[in-house]
Amino acid sequence: MALGLLRYGLRGRRGPARYFPGPRPLRSSYDVVIVGGGGHGLACAYYLAKDWGITDVAVLDKDWLASGNTARNTAIIRSNYLTPEGARFYQESMELYRELAAELSINLMYSERGHLTLAHTDAALRTSRWRAEVNKHLGIDSELVCRDGVARLCPQLNLSDDARYPILGALYHPPGAIARHDAVAWGYARAAMQRGIDIHQHTEVTGLHVADGRISGVRTSRGEISAGAVLQAVAGMSSEVASMAGIQLPIQSIPLQACVSEPLKPFLDPIIVSGSLHVYVSQSARGELVMGGATDPYPLYSTRSSLEFTEGLMARMLELFPFLESAKVLRQWAGIADMTPDFSPIMGATEVDNYYIDAGWGTWGFKATPVCGKRMAELIATRRTPDAIAPFSLDRFSNFRQIGERGAASVGH
Amino acid sequence: MKVIRCPLNGPRNAEEFVYGGDVLAEPDAEATAREWSRYVFMEDNSSGVVDEWWCHAPSSYWFIARRDRSRDEFIATCTVSDYFAAAGQP
Repeated sequence: MALGLLRYGLRGRRGPARYFPGPRPLRSSYDVVIVGGGGHGLACAYYLAKDWGITDVAVLDKDWLASGNTARNTAIIRSNYLTPEGARFYQESMELYRELAAELSINLMYSERGHLTLAHTDAALRTSRWRAEVNKHLGIDSELVCRDGVARLCPQLNLSDDARYPILGALYHPPGAIARHDAVAWGYARAAMQRGIDIHQHTEVTGLHVADGRISGVRTSRGEISAGAVLQAVAGMSSEVASMAGIQLPIQSIPLQACVSEPLKPFLDPIIVSGSLHVYVSQSARGELVMGGATDPYPLYSTRSSLEFTEGLMARMLELFPFLESAKVLRQWAGIADMTPDFSPIMGATEVDNYYIDAGWGTWGFKATPVCGKRMAELIATRRTPDAIAPFSLDRFSNFRQIGERGAASVGH
Repeated sequence: MKVIRCPLNGPRNAEEFVYGGDVLAEPDAEATAREWSRYVFMEDNSSGVVDEWWCHAPSSYWFIARRDRSRDEFIATCTVSDYFAAAGQP
């Protein structure tokens, strides 16, 4: 070993290999321009190259790669939604996630913890049973468990009757998982770049060129780019970008706040969600409790944190885990969520030819990253809307065919 | 703690208030389904200064606020009658 080390040392200087290939110059024309270098935009770029051989693609981001909502979500992956359209879609995403670390050759720390949605009332128990049956019908691993079952899966919860909202049972979703959100974006970015796709950070799109109902290019802070097709994947800023193409969206931009505790010894295996208490919490690999709650009460484009949020969330956390009374909050942040009226995303073609939209990701965007990227890539490549995303088109609002997704998190039901 | 100036109750804790959406002109009774869907679902969702409906929940009192959506700042509030009498100026 010492000899090997000596030989290595004598072979001259070498740094660690760069994770990303070096940046390439910004060209004046691409077949496809993707606005937004978060998980969704990068996934779409990757699948355009891998599934369809389309590599004349640029991904543009106004800031660092994956510095928006991809870095701000609480990294929960599940598919126990209530609508058949939603449940099927997220189930496909989960199946892609399971193979993703091997496919992208990066450790995503994908960790199947089990996911418990607590029911504190008879009405919530009924909804849980409904969700479990819809899920089972669609082949999704999901069941209703009573209080004994909750006690077996998570004995740390306060299961006494003395609580303000006693726990009666839960919807149990064994494959519920958490993953390292940044790594998802990095993995897609590297794999896309290795296939020849350009990723340009600090390149802000400031205008979209639309003439005769079709898109021909984008104006950026670094110059004009002509494009055959353009995809916007800028959750949080969707309305502002779409308005450059003259498109109005049924979206309100509302902050969603989250926080983490100081690192604690591992004690919490499953992901715990309580709709009635507006809490969701999981323990990360480094011991921090990752906690979130409801969205803010009004639209805002500022990622400020508020004391009201932390105070309220901690009060409700202590209902579930009273022994955390002296645990400290380590840091707090906010992301801007695209809230839609039916709590479902918006994906597909638009009234502007060759302009595609990937928006409305409210509180459910991270878990959909692989499937959304894959199906949007299919749409852009074939110009035909895949069945998986057809129900989520923008025109469902003018056709009154909304998909009321009451299995969404962080929303008052 | 954020404070909002209610035209009826004076300055109150922001948690007592409920957001009610943009001030919009309602379509005519004869409007098409498409126009109604636009009115009901679509949003300008501007990041600038916007006039909005707000309600002081404990007193069920509705009023108009002009708010900067990037800075989380209430610029002015006024009664509904004053707002429409002044043709949309708080």
